[in-house]
Amino acid sequence: MDLLEYQGKQLFARHGVPVPDGRPARTVEEAVAAAQEVGYPCAVKAQVQIGGRGKLGGIRIAHDAGEAEQHARAILGMDIRGLTVHELWIEAASEIAAEYYASVVFDRSAKAPLMMLSTKGGMDIEQVADEDPDAIARLHVDPLLGFQDFHGRRLAFEAGVDADVVRPVGALLARLYEVFTTEEATLVEVNPLIVTPDRGVRALDAKVTLDGNALFRHPDNAQLRDPSAEDPQERMAAERGLTYVKLDGSIGILANGAGLSMSTLDVVAEAGGQPANFLDAGGGSRAEAITSAVEVILSDDRVRAVLFNIFGGITRCDEVARGLIEAFRQIDPSVPFVVRLDGTNGEEGRELLAEASLPNVHIESTMDGAASRVVELAARP
Amino acid sequence: MSILVGTETRLCTSGITGREGTFHTLRNRDYGTSVVAGVTPGKGGQDVDGIPVFDTFHEAVRERGANTAMIFVPPRFAADSILEAEDAGIELIVCITEGIPAHDELRVYNILKKNGRSRLVGPNCPGILSPGKASVGIIPASFFSPGNVGVVSRSGTLTYQIGNVLAQHGFGNSSIVGIGGDPVPGTDFIDVLEMFQADDETELIVLCGEIGGDAEERAADYIAEHVTKPVIGYIAGFTAPPGKTMGHAGAIVSGSRGTAAAKAQALEERGVRVGRTPTQVAEAAITLLRG
Repeated sequence: MDLLEYQGKQLFARHGVPVPDGRPARTVEEAVAAAQEVGYPCAVKAQVQIGGRGKLGGIRIAHDAGEAEQHARAILGMDIRGLTVHELWIEAASEIAAEYYASVVFDRSAKAPLMMLSTKGGMDIEQVADEDPDAIARLHVDPLLGFQDFHGRRLAFEAGVDADVVRPVGALLARLYEVFTTEEATLVEVNPLIVTPDRGVRALDAKVTLDGNALFRHPDNAQLRDPSAEDPQERMAAERGLTYVKLDGSIGILANGAGLSMSTLDVVAEAGGQPANFLDAGGGSRAEAITSAVEVILSDDRVRAVLFNIFGGITRCDEVARGLIEAFRQIDPSVPFVVRLDGTNGEEGRELLAEASLPNVHIESTMDGAASRVVELAARP
Repeated sequence: MSILVGTETRLCTSGITGREGTFHTLRNRDYGTSVVAGVTPGKGGQDVDGIPVFDTFHEAVRERGANTAMIFVPPRFAADSILEAEDAGIELIVCITEGIPAHDELRVYNILKKNGRSRLVGPNCPGILSPGKASVGIIPASFFSPGNVGVVSRSGTLTYQIGNVLAQHGFGNSSIVGIGGDPVPGTDFIDVLEMFQADDETELIVLCGEIGGDAEERAADYIAEHVTKPVIGYIAGFTAPPGKTMGHAGAIVSGSRGTAAAKAQALEERGVRVGRTPTQVAEAAITLLRG
């Protein structure tokens, strides 16, 4: 789960990572009130999960209440690369003497947290990594040992931070590691980490990704939401416990298992079609879950045909067939369905469908054949 | 021969009294796996269809000589159950549970590695099947027969799809190993490739990967250096958009990293044939086997 900047900064503050004073705002009035509280000059910042929002006009400096109102009005509702701004973060403007970069990343290859520090902050770190890899100090922390003071010193000296801030930068890194482990994040990134003219250090931005599987241990974090990132179908699917990802095409997909579902999208694309979604109905799907999934798929009005690709393991094909029959009874879909049922109780499932003789349902025996058929049906005017 | 599970397997299921735990343990036993015990804290002394239930793994090992554990407990208890099995001296731990917190997986992985006593397969995996010998997990064993194709995969259903096409053409499997779709698998492709390379029965290896991480790229390097048996690869997720988790916690393209195209290229550059669809993978395997 990706957090918005202000949500990340609020987590930082709880763990003693220094951040500028700030307030969230959802309306122009709230923004002006927040600006009055933090004082001027202040930054009015769009809360969307997208890089480069500053260059696109999503971050503006206000010197008085009039400017705060003007900026809040301009930024709220603004479209930044397809995301609508619903929230602002109003924070005290900072003076900057130096810009660094710091992060803790869940390194899957090394199976350990990776910490990075660079004095080349304020720019795209992937670009720095490409052009000047030596400018980034890196260190893996043994998760059984945890972050030690020497880790912080080593990173600070290797990155070449100014001598007088080695200690506060090391301390800030220790706090970031604490955020990473105690909040169970998979990414904690600060870019830029600034040094102020009076030689303080502060996190001027915050990018935090939390592990969705660990939210049961963090009920407060589970409440955090990003209204700009929520898609109606994805929300509907999440409420029904289905794994659904919206895509750009016109062919609705239902398969079982993450790997087979991904593979189904690929096979449809290979046959010349464009999938409208990824939907993993999961292992052991019962009829009700299938009916519910059909509703989610058809709630996307770009869908022109639907493909069911099931290889039953724990999932029984007769349950899938019953779910589809029930969905037709409840919804009466107007688009064609192509169904491929194989594996556990495949024959029973196909017989049930044949008996029901649903209108506009085409049964195919192979995954490839089913993909070609659905692409052909979706292309019909 | 086969790898990981076989006639020496003495299985103990953690969470045996749960609905799924009971169902799959009995299916494994029906297949011929020697199921010697179950563990559910507080239910020691009971039995599940004749299989004795113990409060701890330590008792299951002491009383019944369990050497393989299957973990079926909910995600919040799974890390503890794995660590208990390891502490009790279980050699192979197969974790089916999906949705374990990533930091729990990290801790478990590093403890097991440090102690060097047990192998973990999974979490979030379908288990291991050695056709004709033993099944530990949820793989629908009836679709597979004994043979000489070794399969290692991050995905369950995808494995069934490929295995089924092979079976329809009369080819069977030495072992099928699901390593799971999570970011920190206890056993990775390289571990299993090493075992298949050393296994007399395995003549050809099918490697099923997917987007996310760099396990396939590292496997490609390993194959080039150490594997002399033919390997056929498949990668799911060519059409996956960046930044979206595709069902498996580990299946995500971050920026330009972890894409299916990069993985397929890494494998192909090292001489591994990569099929674009599961059917192509099975057909390539069949062509080689008929040689």
